[in-house]
Amino acid sequence: MKMPVTLNINNTTWNLDIDANATLLEVLRNNVLNQQSVHRSCEEGECGACTVLMDGKPVNSCLVMAASAQGSTIITSEGLMRGDELHPLMKAFVDELGLQCGFCTPGMVMSAYALINQWEDEELSDMDIRKAIEGNLCRCTGYVNIVNSIRRAKQAKDAGNWW
Amino acid sequence: MAVGKSVNRVDAMAKVTGRAKYTEDFYHPDMLVAKYFRSSIAHGRVTAINTKKAENLDGVHAVFTYKDVPENKFPTAGHPLALTEDHKDAADRLLLTRDVRFMGDEIAIVVAQNELVANEALKLIEVSYDEYQPLILPEDILEENARQIHEGSSNIVGEHTYTFGNDVDQAFEKADHVVEGSFRTAMVQHCHIENHISHAYMDDLDKIVIVSSTQIPHIARRIVGEVLNIPLSRIRVIKPFVGGGFGNKQDVILEPMVAFLTLKLNGRAVQINLSREECIIGTRTRHPFYIDVKTGVMNDGTIVARHMDAISITGAYASHGHSVAAAGGSKQSSLYPRAATSFHARTLYANTPVAGAMRAYGSPQIIYALECATEDAARKIGMDSVEFRLKNVARQGDINLLSGKEILSCGLADCLIKGRDFIGWGEKKKEYEKFKTGPVRKGLGLACLSYASGTYPVCVEIAGARIALNQDGTVHVMVGATEIGQGSDTVVAQMVAQTLSFPYENVLVVQAQDTDVTPFDTGAYASRQAYVVSNAVFRAATDLREKILDHAAVMTDIDVAGLDIVDGNIVDTRKSAQVMDMKTLAIDSFYHKERGCQLTAEASFKATTNAPVFGCTFVDITVNIPLCKIKINRMISVHDSGVIINPVQSGGQIHGGAFMGIGAALSEELLIDPKTGYIYNNNLLDYKFPTFTDVPPIHHDFVETFEPTSAYGNKALGEPPVISPPPAIRNAVLDATGLCINSLPLSPHTLFTAFKDHGLIDEKGGDNV
Repeated sequence: MKMPVTLNINNTTWNLDIDANATLLEVLRNNVLNQQSVHRSCEEGECGACTVLMDGKPVNSCLVMAASAQGSTIITSEGLMRGDELHPLMKAFVDELGLQCGFCTPGMVMSAYALINQWEDEELSDMDIRKAIEGNLCRCTGYVNIVNSIRRAKQAKDAGNWW
Repeated sequence: MAVGKSVNRVDAMAKVTGRAKYTEDFYHPDMLVAKYFRSSIAHGRVTAINTKKAENLDGVHAVFTYKDVPENKFPTAGHPLALTEDHKDAADRLLLTRDVRFMGDEIAIVVAQNELVANEALKLIEVSYDEYQPLILPEDILEENARQIHEGSSNIVGEHTYTFGNDVDQAFEKADHVVEGSFRTAMVQHCHIENHISHAYMDDLDKIVIVSSTQIPHIARRIVGEVLNIPLSRIRVIKPFVGGGFGNKQDVILEPMVAFLTLKLNGRAVQINLSREECIIGTRTRHPFYIDVKTGVMNDGTIVARHMDAISITGAYASHGHSVAAAGGSKQSSLYPRAATSFHARTLYANTPVAGAMRAYGSPQIIYALECATEDAARKIGMDSVEFRLKNVARQGDINLLSGKEILSCGLADCLIKGRDFIGWGEKKKEYEKFKTGPVRKGLGLACLSYASGTYPVCVEIAGARIALNQDGTVHVMVGATEIGQGSDTVVAQMVAQTLSFPYENVLVVQAQDTDVTPFDTGAYASRQAYVVSNAVFRAATDLREKILDHAAVMTDIDVAGLDIVDGNIVDTRKSAQVMDMKTLAIDSFYHKERGCQLTAEASFKATTNAPVFGCTFVDITVNIPLCKIKINRMISVHDSGVIINPVQSGGQIHGGAFMGIGAALSEELLIDPKTGYIYNNNLLDYKFPTFTDVPPIHHDFVETFEPTSAYGNKALGEPPVISPPPAIRNAVLDATGLCINSLPLSPHTLFTAFKDHGLIDEKGGDNV
């Protein structure tokens, strides 16, 4: 069964005709939206590889029915770019070598983006970082360089280099 | 100087933006999906199968069963072709099977327009079985009248024995003490975040194109050809970005099937994208081992004799089979080369998920037992654990008696000293003396490791590199070495930049592998790539450098001996002046009407050396007896991997390996019902690999040696870090509690049993301490 849904994805509004039983992950990855940064892995909310922001909050897009996202604003890691310019958070991952195979990276970036955006204290400890994004699994890095990346990104935000 | 610098990864931008294309990102508008129909029993034979209803479902294009596939059995292990019989892999697999050998075995496959329809169709397939008793435990598998899981195998895939050094029996007789122990390791799984995925299509009437998340594109091509009996040149394997492999993609798992399906469906694109559950039970796992170790030791701390007997369980099909036990066993001779040693191992079939290659290939099991046994021996004679290791471990100049080769670089003693100092061994040992009783106990542990830099002399070691100067003065590099996330493309770029004296940014590595185009290399395994490719890259880059300078000499009339490349520019060394930039030279080489040509160089290289690497892990833990919980307070792994090409990236490899080791030590285990073969935890919720908050910050350090057989002094690093954490943690638990708990993982379940057996807690879990 098809049904209409309106989604704002990375600042573009889409009126889509979707399968009623499609997840947000499937709709984002389909050949219309083609958000290839949203990676499919466990498809049951365990790994976080498909994390996107839905109305500012990180969600596992595999666990969200696309129909229930009607009217919401979605940001994927594609949406963090400013033209060709890397988001300072992404740059921190590049500079700290906070990635290896890269499959978990876009989801990790989105969870980290949500964390730093909503973090109001000056101090962001390594344990704060670890707790906030522990829903994102990585099998390559042992998490060390990812924590380093997020710490560096927080410094970028504190220095006013953020959007 | 690009080597030794922590440059950014060549693929970092693509990956962090999400623009990197993985296999699933290649879109074909008419692509069909295929889903396996898997057995619901662990051992038996299909008596009848009915696929009519599934075939008639709207959207189903075809259903194939074991009746439809080629009858030739094939091996799946990602090994180079062996020209001698003794190293051939067991050919025991069909594309689909009537004989069921594990729960999840592949009996049929549905091809449909989408996944939803395929899943619906699977429910419509009717099958009946003759059921047999699943064989899970070694005593049942080896029982005299046990059913043969593969006919004629006696349930044994392989067996071998070796000895080295002095007479082992005599050495045991002379030993002041003989210490014995039995050890068990668990079945763990790779859990790369990108599941196995492949698709295939035919680009014309002849050629099958396979796009696959694989560590071994060239080997996959050969094995697909063997399975389908078609010439290798008709098969093209493309490897895009790979979302992790850890050995699980060093096996041909989906490629022969997608190739078979596209052949059957007139070249239409067909994809298999395994679910996480299928990936956990239906691909490969790490072989569980049962190991007995005997150590003969003198009062002065010299290990004089060692015997090890190992049983390895390969599961339903051989895959890498006995190679894993053989490879793991061989590392004893580089770690403790001076002890008289004998080793015996057998690899058994079982009605369990198939075990194959996994990071460090048998060494995590063997060295776990070896390093636990070594700790027990040190304690037996009352010697400090670090001093005991320092007395016995390999040193530069020792002879590896199995290979007969001298150990040309070895920094293990210095690794031990660095680790000891970092963890504060002396002071902490004293401080923790008062934490040996009561509910909260503390201890320190360590373990050493050795590993190799490839597979030679068991397999061929071959690598290729091709470098071409571009018109803008940059170079493109093609290698057969396969980037799967470990960073090999980045270190290749660093090596090329180093030898050409180019800025790192001007060295561009072609990222996708394509067997029609890229030079031959056997792929990503055995921590071989940076070591083996180093000599291919060095030769090609040296050749290109000479061609560039020759052309510069022609252009400038300056004697070539007086020219050099500095930071990508041509320099007159006698005048210390820049003569021209690389773009000027390149343009001339391409477009001058009379002189020059496109400047390229290529090298293919076979390594006939295999440098051993070394390392150790030190760990400081707290054991909470009533909670049956281990907390890692601090941990460091120190590695000798020769020259470190990229320190930060190499640190990442250590963190990742150590983290995987912590998982194996504390929580990871595929739980299989010993009666039915049912797998209880085939998903990432129930299979516990560590999250951000489950692991401490992992520290690392290097002892840099120079390995003369590598072009840049580097040795293996990818796999070794996973080896030493589990025995280090077990030894720390021994230090804290006085208990030898010789079974992995040291989960609360394992600890509860051990603490209860030793009276530390009572039946109800109340503590007695």
